[in-house]
Amino acid sequence: MIKAILIFNNHGKPRLIRFYQYFAEDLQQQIIRETFHLVSKRDDNVCNFLEGGSLIGGSDYKLIYRHYATLYFVFCVDSSESELGILDLIQVFVETLDKCFENVCELDLIFHMDKVHYILQEVVMGGMVLETNMNEIVAQVEVQTRMEKSEVKLSRPSG
Amino acid sequence: MSPSVPLQEMIRAIRSARTQCEERGVIQRECAAIRAQFRQADNGGRSHNLAKLLYVHMLGYPAHFGQMECVRMIASPRYSEKRVGYLGAMMLLDEKQDASLLITNSIKNDLAHSNQYVQSLALCTLACMGSAEMCRDLAPEIDRLLRASNSYIKKKAALCAVHIVRKVHELGELFAPAARSLLSEKNHGVLHGAVVLIIELCERNPETLERFRKTVPDLVQIMKGLVLSGYSPEHDVAGISDPFLQVRILRLLRILGRNNEGASDAMNDLLAQVATNTDSTKTVGNAVLYETVLTVLDIKSESGLRVLAVNILGRFLLNNDRNIRYIAMTSLQKIVGTDHNAVQRHRGTIVDCLKDQDASVKRRALELSLALVSASNIRSMMKELLLFLSSCPPELRAHAASGIFNAAERYAPSQRWHIDTMLHVLITAGGDVRDETVPNLIQLITNASELHCYTVHKLYRALLADISQQSLVQVACWCIGEYGDLLLRGDCQETEPVQVTEDDALDALETVLQSHMSSPATRGFALTATMKLSTRITDNVDRIRSIVSIYGSCIDVELQQRAVEYNALFKKYDHMRYAMKNYGRIRVTFTEPRFEYMCSHCLLLPLSVGGLKVCDLLDLLGGSEETLQPSPAFGGTAPGPSVNTAGGDLLDLLGGLELTPLAPGVTLRVTHTHTHTTDPVPVYDKGGVTLTLSCEKQSDTGLTVTLTASNATDSDISSFTLQAAVPKSVQLHMKAPSGDSLPARGTAKVTQMVVLNNPNKVNLKMRVRVSYTRLGSAFQDTVQIDSFPGLDAAGR
Repeated sequence: MIKAILIFNNHGKPRLIRFYQYFAEDLQQQIIRETFHLVSKRDDNVCNFLEGGSLIGGSDYKLIYRHYATLYFVFCVDSSESELGILDLIQVFVETLDKCFENVCELDLIFHMDKVHYILQEVVMGGMVLETNMNEIVAQVEVQTRMEKSEVKLSRPSG
Repeated sequence: MSPSVPLQEMIRAIRSARTQCEERGVIQRECAAIRAQFRQADNGGRSHNLAKLLYVHMLGYPAHFGQMECVRMIASPRYSEKRVGYLGAMMLLDEKQDASLLITNSIKNDLAHSNQYVQSLALCTLACMGSAEMCRDLAPEIDRLLRASNSYIKKKAALCAVHIVRKVHELGELFAPAARSLLSEKNHGVLHGAVVLIIELCERNPETLERFRKTVPDLVQIMKGLVLSGYSPEHDVAGISDPFLQVRILRLLRILGRNNEGASDAMNDLLAQVATNTDSTKTVGNAVLYETVLTVLDIKSESGLRVLAVNILGRFLLNNDRNIRYIAMTSLQKIVGTDHNAVQRHRGTIVDCLKDQDASVKRRALELSLALVSASNIRSMMKELLLFLSSCPPELRAHAASGIFNAAERYAPSQRWHIDTMLHVLITAGGDVRDETVPNLIQLITNASELHCYTVHKLYRALLADISQQSLVQVACWCIGEYGDLLLRGDCQETEPVQVTEDDALDALETVLQSHMSSPATRGFALTATMKLSTRITDNVDRIRSIVSIYGSCIDVELQQRAVEYNALFKKYDHMRYAMKNYGRIRVTFTEPRFEYMCSHCLLLPLSVGGLKVCDLLDLLGGSEETLQPSPAFGGTAPGPSVNTAGGDLLDLLGGLELTPLAPGVTLRVTHTHTHTTDPVPVYDKGGVTLTLSCEKQSDTGLTVTLTASNATDSDISSFTLQAAVPKSVQLHMKAPSGDSLPARGTAKVTQMVVLNNPNKVNLKMRVRVSYTRLGSAFQDTVQIDSFPGLDAAGR
């Protein structure tokens, strides 16, 4: 099971946070800081697995992360997930974002945080891997976007 | 994509804030506006406001006032509002909050919605935060969706079912049939969801596991289709057909094949095929191979297959990609118990990984190396491990040190090697070792009698080099105290001879005593060692005496007490000091340094040479391995600290006065050779038992009281004990009594010495409780002593 998905930049500013287990808000921010602290210390040529920090839970949890340009994508998982599989999943997620946003960059994530959440919802649901086929994910996201757009057109806000 | 302009404007405003304070200001203003808008009736911009709130929440600002808005949005008929409402619910709500109950109805309705995307929103939310009640309520609906809907919904329903089963275990039964039938689906997403569901069901319930074993042939079929089929564009990832699904099915096969011959046989061929056919040049290929290896090693596979699997792991170990090396070591760790020899073959590579820069790889390598240590490779492995210890990251040091100790203990080829290794660890990582290390090492040194000279020289040198590692310093002090004569003699075959004078040794100990780096326990060791040296050296006794007396006024109470008593040993029992020398050697085992102090403490009793029975002391030292604590023990015939008696009710009896515990009882039949005290004054006379008291003033505030008891009756008295209580500000210290039996007609007496210290010079009083057994019945009595001979009326 995936316990949390965190995306933050090289300075530790969160760009997307998704917890699949309940944590109080201040604890969430603490976890983000601790994870950033652990991950930012790492060189670029070491392995992508970290025995996790103390806050996010016991000995069974690992942090699996990937560093793309200015962003860290961190998945906190337990032993029921294959480590290499999650690494590949992060790749799939990023490539999907790339397809949806057309050459995605950090600003896209900043200004369209809700959209990123909706995309993520098609990949991971309730802490479990839902869909790994990139084309399928992109197709579904597009249908839903169109639905929302058409609704907006039909009922333009009067204010 | 629908631009949420208000959201983007807000984000721009937040980002343009140049300081944290400015950002807080912007956000507070925005939140106030959002709150105002929530209170208004339905306006078109509701979804934007909630989206803004979620952004603010991500940055760490409070957003709980949006919870009710989420509930309202979820109930809205518009998709855009539902969408953000559900997202808000998943981010802001959890089952502990009351608001989450309110969305149950909406979820229920939306699960039956005509639009599949609305259904999917409801499924997603239920899977994220559904409480047990919600799950119970909606489980039949999920089951329906599992059977009759399109593949998009089916895959989501499958994962939702997993969440339900996690929350309400009994509902697993409900989903089993549907899960079984889903295996015949073609859509990979649905298949994946089904496999996840079956894994969850099998892990929860062994009976379900039995039933699902029958699906092994189907699973094998599906895998074969994936592995052997031609190129399938929709599922292809770098040449492998849907590696995620393959990995998931392999995991299920592992669970089904575990401990079961039949199932394992059925999948043998498939596993061999996957292992040999999968392309390992890409990461995805490695993921599948890795999962295959894990499955092979976990089920009852045939030996040829196992060898193949371990070889694949060996190849992984040599891979340039650190990730691969890391996971290879993780899996080797799992099988090192069962396939030890196979893993030993890769020992060289593993040991090399100890030198890797990556901390995660180092950690794995350490675990594996410790598991691979055996009698045959202990010397070479220890060399590597000690090298690792000197350069390892600090978070691994404690683990490495304790691992090295365990390995050394189990496989040490010689005592000298063992001692050398332990010393090396203490020098390198003394600060990270566990507390039992010091007594264990001391015991080891004691047992290696022919190495005493070598050990003490080595430790002395180590002490000179570095006094910051507490465990090392403690052991070194103990050794210098114990084997000081060997150190001073100077000749030692095993190391280079070095001339150590008495002054040098005392200098070393004094440095430890005075250093601010030494902990109180270490100082205790050093002081005791200094004292012990007084019997082993000849010229510098005065220096020792002065060192010891300085500590008589040390702030640390423990140290002060020791120093005072050692001082007393110098002053009054100088001729007895040498007796102490021999008793140090008799020591058998002990687990705490205080124990040693207690031995010398006991010996402060006046003793006549030869009157002390060595075996009695052995009784005390021998079998007892518990840590000695000054427990309120009666001076009875039972030695050792296990007597934990009713000091409590004595307190009640004597109420208000402070009670101090007695020293551990030692049965010593000694004669009393105390002199220059006042004449004994009778203080108690009842039932034939008399108690007399004599005092001797030690100092302005100190007083030693001696109580002597005798029995004038016709029958013997046994289990005779005295307890004393004094006013609060007075310090009391009772020595061990001379014995506990009073033979009839006063043929022998029992004496008890009590040391009092009255710093506040209060009115000195003492309450004494007398208890004994006579003719089979127990007696108890109390007497209060208000005046002491040798003191004036005010007790001063």
